[in-house]
Amino acid sequence: MKSLLVYLKDYKKESVLGPLFKLLEASFELLVPLVMASIIDKGIANGDRGYVVSMCLVMIALGVIGLACSLTAQFFAAKAAVGFSTKLRHALFQHIQSLSFTEMDTVGTSTLITRMTSDINQVQSGVNLVLRLFLRSPFIVFGAMVMAFTIDVKAALIFVITIPLLSIVVFGIMLWTIPLYRKVQASLDRVLGITRENLTGARVIRAFGKEKEETERFCQSNQNLTTIQMYVGKISGVMNPVTYVIINAAIVALIWTGALQVDAGNITQGEVIALVNYMSQILVELVKLANLIITVTKAVACANRIESVMKMKSSLEFNSKETPCREENGHKAEEMIIDKNDDRSEKMAVEFRNVSLRYQNAGDDSLRNLNLKVKRGQTIGVIGGTGSGKTSLVHLIPRFYDVTEGAVLVDGRDVRSYSLEELREKVGMVMQKAVLFRGTIRDNLAWGKKDATEQEMYRALEIAQALEIVRGKKDGLDFMVEQGGKNLSGGQKQRLTIARALVKSPEILILDDSASALDFATDAKLRHAIRDMEGDTTVFIVSQRTSSLQHADQIVVLDDGEAVGIGTHEQLLKTCPVYQEIYYSQFGDEEKRQLG
Amino acid sequence: MQKAAVCVPQRKKGESTEMNKKAKQKETLGKVLKRIKKYWIYVVFSVLMAAVSVALTLYLPILTGNAIDYILEPGKVNFTVILSILKKMAVVIALTAAAQWIMNISNNKIAYQVIRDVRREAFEKIEILPLKYIDQHSYGEIVSRVIADVDQFSDGLLMGFTQLFTGVITIIGTLGFMLSVNVGITLVVVVITPVSLFVASFIAKKTYKMFRLQSETRGEQTALIDEMIGNQKVVQAFGHEKEALERFDEINEKLGKYSLRAIFFSSITNPATRFVNSLVYTGVGLTGALSAIGGRISVGQLSCFLSYANQYTKPFNEISGVVTELQNALACAARIFELIEETPQVPEKEDAKVLQNVEGNVKLEHVKFSYTPKQRLIEDFNLSVKPGQRVAIVGPTGCGKTTMINLLMRFYDVTGGKILVEDSDIRDVTRKSLRTSYGMVLQDTWLKSGTIRENIMMGKPDATEEEVIQAAKLAHAHSFIKRLPQGYDTVITEDGGNLSQGQKQILCIARVMLCLPPMLILDEATSSIDTRTEIKIQDAFARMMKGRTSFIVAHRLSTIREADVILVMKDGAVIEQGSHKTLMKKQGFYATLYNSQFEGRQQSSVNS
Repeated sequence: MKSLLVYLKDYKKESVLGPLFKLLEASFELLVPLVMASIIDKGIANGDRGYVVSMCLVMIALGVIGLACSLTAQFFAAKAAVGFSTKLRHALFQHIQSLSFTEMDTVGTSTLITRMTSDINQVQSGVNLVLRLFLRSPFIVFGAMVMAFTIDVKAALIFVITIPLLSIVVFGIMLWTIPLYRKVQASLDRVLGITRENLTGARVIRAFGKEKEETERFCQSNQNLTTIQMYVGKISGVMNPVTYVIINAAIVALIWTGALQVDAGNITQGEVIALVNYMSQILVELVKLANLIITVTKAVACANRIESVMKMKSSLEFNSKETPCREENGHKAEEMIIDKNDDRSEKMAVEFRNVSLRYQNAGDDSLRNLNLKVKRGQTIGVIGGTGSGKTSLVHLIPRFYDVTEGAVLVDGRDVRSYSLEELREKVGMVMQKAVLFRGTIRDNLAWGKKDATEQEMYRALEIAQALEIVRGKKDGLDFMVEQGGKNLSGGQKQRLTIARALVKSPEILILDDSASALDFATDAKLRHAIRDMEGDTTVFIVSQRTSSLQHADQIVVLDDGEAVGIGTHEQLLKTCPVYQEIYYSQFGDEEKRQLG
Repeated sequence: MQKAAVCVPQRKKGESTEMNKKAKQKETLGKVLKRIKKYWIYVVFSVLMAAVSVALTLYLPILTGNAIDYILEPGKVNFTVILSILKKMAVVIALTAAAQWIMNISNNKIAYQVIRDVRREAFEKIEILPLKYIDQHSYGEIVSRVIADVDQFSDGLLMGFTQLFTGVITIIGTLGFMLSVNVGITLVVVVITPVSLFVASFIAKKTYKMFRLQSETRGEQTALIDEMIGNQKVVQAFGHEKEALERFDEINEKLGKYSLRAIFFSSITNPATRFVNSLVYTGVGLTGALSAIGGRISVGQLSCFLSYANQYTKPFNEISGVVTELQNALACAARIFELIEETPQVPEKEDAKVLQNVEGNVKLEHVKFSYTPKQRLIEDFNLSVKPGQRVAIVGPTGCGKTTMINLLMRFYDVTGGKILVEDSDIRDVTRKSLRTSYGMVLQDTWLKSGTIRENIMMGKPDATEEEVIQAAKLAHAHSFIKRLPQGYDTVITEDGGNLSQGQKQILCIARVMLCLPPMLILDEATSSIDTRTEIKIQDAFARMMKGRTSFIVAHRLSTIREADVILVMKDGAVIEQGSHKTLMKKQGFYATLYNSQFEGRQQSSVNS
């Protein structure tokens, strides 16, 4: 919570002036009963009409000044709150973007999105309300008490007793109910869960004929929710009657004390009325204060959720671009770059040295002791069962995760010595899930290379077998892709994401099971086109189909995180039992005999 | 502590739509009242107690005023009268508090029970909605109706009950009491008060535009956040963070500008109405004091008027808030009723038979089907499957293979022709008996939240422990279940979040292995399982399929070859039908499809 206050720093002036003007307004409000008392005591008692009129004008003047103060206060409060949340939103967005895959995996994107949106909105209204009311309400409560003291000490003592009593009731009930509201929320979550489940699982539930049981289950949770809601309602329903009793009992006491004091000649009739008025004002403000505190507790909870994201640090540290190799001195680093240019072809494009990877909080390694050398221009196939570590392997190349042991080298340099931009510039990545963004096809392709020419785009589309998609659209490259690529089919999306990666002519191209939505023929054409690509692009293809990998220069066979075979299709077919098993499971024994 | 979605009443332009909206609101209100009727006794209590508490609350200032009139100046204080008045006050206060409490409880009971009933109705409807509805609407949208809308509705209902009703009674009551005390001063109050209403509605109109701009921009921003954070891995892979932030900032600045205006203009309302209230107060003070000088009213009556002036204006300010809240609640209620009143699936016939002794005879006669009338899919399709036969459905992705399953399970009804199981039209038998005759494993693995055991036992609640373990072993699930922290009692979180896709699918298979219905539907049943485990499971499948009519959707052509009948689908329609051999001979679409998987190999032999 506290660390977020930094974002209010630029609005110091507003954050001070807002409450200040609010206090001014409150002070004018506190004067009103006194003015009214003097109208009664002087104006009415002496029959002085002129005095009454002039005092009423004073009251109107107080009202006008109050209005002006209040408007000023509202403006400053709004400005500070909005400015604060705008800055906070910017900072949070930037921060989330800096988080690495590891953090995204553990936190999950959906909660990050709610924190960016509804949580920040909640905090914004909290800040706004605090600036407006947090000083005002206690000020009025205590101000009323102070004013009572100026009238009569004995009567004021009633205030001294009433205010703490009221506070205990109001805040006590609040403290009692707030945790209960959390329970209500939890019950509601269960009701929500069952509802969701019955939608996502509608087919299975109906297939097993479980509609009745599910309805019963729902009714039970629903009844639980209602029971607890009514219980909480019962408690908070006590608040109004009890505060009413306290305030009015205090008024009864005030009248009795007032009667004694007037009889003794200590105060006047009008002053008794003023005392009663002050008591009423206190009640109004206390209720406001209680509402305020509910909003503030919500806002604080949200602020804490935001703060916990802000505290999260990216587990990857990158070199800045200016100093490519921090460990080396400048001279040596220069040498290394020259060195690299000289015998580029002899250096391994990618090398895995004794690489092990264990994800955060995972019980076991996802990759174990992996060694692999890849020359420039080679095509590498990666194959293996579900969860065998195929994706983990390729994700290490653009350094989406850091190895737990060993090192991954690109162009002979540890990936950890690259700057983020430099490394990812080299790699073109096509992920399993085909994601396109709202915008034209052109915009989407430009993700790969900002200043790509139309020619470059068409070349990439041609290789990705996506030319027909663009040709089929009336607007061609300017066809608008809807959010999430909803207006394209899975295969179309997949081919466009491949094209996107190709636009920048990457040194290393990674296709992570990216042809799964393509039929066999298109898949084959795509592989041909990639093989015939100009330049010596190094290609990694992750696939479940052996047919997609047959022409690779090397195939890595993964089994439970370990490379159980590395070699060409023919070699592996002879030596690697896991590969054989995969191959024959896909082609059956008949082909085995035919090939035999 | 947040709601999934905030329900905003739709505002439409134009007179006629305005009328429509009013009519619709009236209709919705009628439906709400119908559901409240059940709790009429609480409504009676609530109304009665509200009236009592308001009347007593209004009576109290009169007593206060009376008492003050006996406190004049030193020596002129009538203690005995004051004491009796104060005693009266104490009784009134106690009664008021009791009435308020009973009213609160009654309102709670009404509001929470009504929404419980509404939620239940909504859920019961979900269970009998045609799958077409569920398929066509996003889950989030339906869930938000059952949860967020009902919540909003309950807030509005509760608030409406407590505040609107007491507000109205307070206004009427105050007016009555004031008139009974002094007509002139009452007129002052009545004339000035509407000004505050006028001011409030004027501001509301002005701010509405700002709020719309704000919510539009907010929507734009949420969409961007959803896209960029939701796909952060891609954003990072392409080093697109800076551009994303730039776009975000652009919208963020815009949002800040609109929010400031919206918040500021809306926060004018309170001070403005407060100012008007102070005018009322002053007006009462002026006329009251002048009347008092003229001797027409007493000082106590003036003090009574002053507190009335406060009480009278407050409900006006609140009511404008309550009315928007109520309108909002009604709009939300309308959305829930829309769901509740959705046409359910065709009800079962009264004389629907229970399918018994299913051997596996399935016949499709002249079946016609389409999801939308515009696009025809299946036309005059015929198929006859004998017990124990294996039917494979193949075709490229998105060709409509699942359509066939939808029809067999009667998730959708045919638009023409009929489907027969054991010679009875499936529309003449109970849905439950039809569906439980099939064992279904879908590509989309779905498990319910609960333990692993509960999930496996879903189709056979009375299964013994041995049977459960046996089924798990057959599906090759036993070994991984044993390794889980609580074994078979491990609780699966919603949607099986703590299991891998493959493990979930294996559990779905175990679920079917346990109840072993006479017919099977396997839709890509092993798509998420790696090929080696798959081979092991295939054995179990083969044993299970023996003697059972089965319908199989599969990508892998090797599993399809052995089928008795192969249905080749493309663009939603069945284009070829026959055994592997006849289809290969035909040299049609199936042959092309089948050969394409070997394309890579042929190429390699050419190259070498």
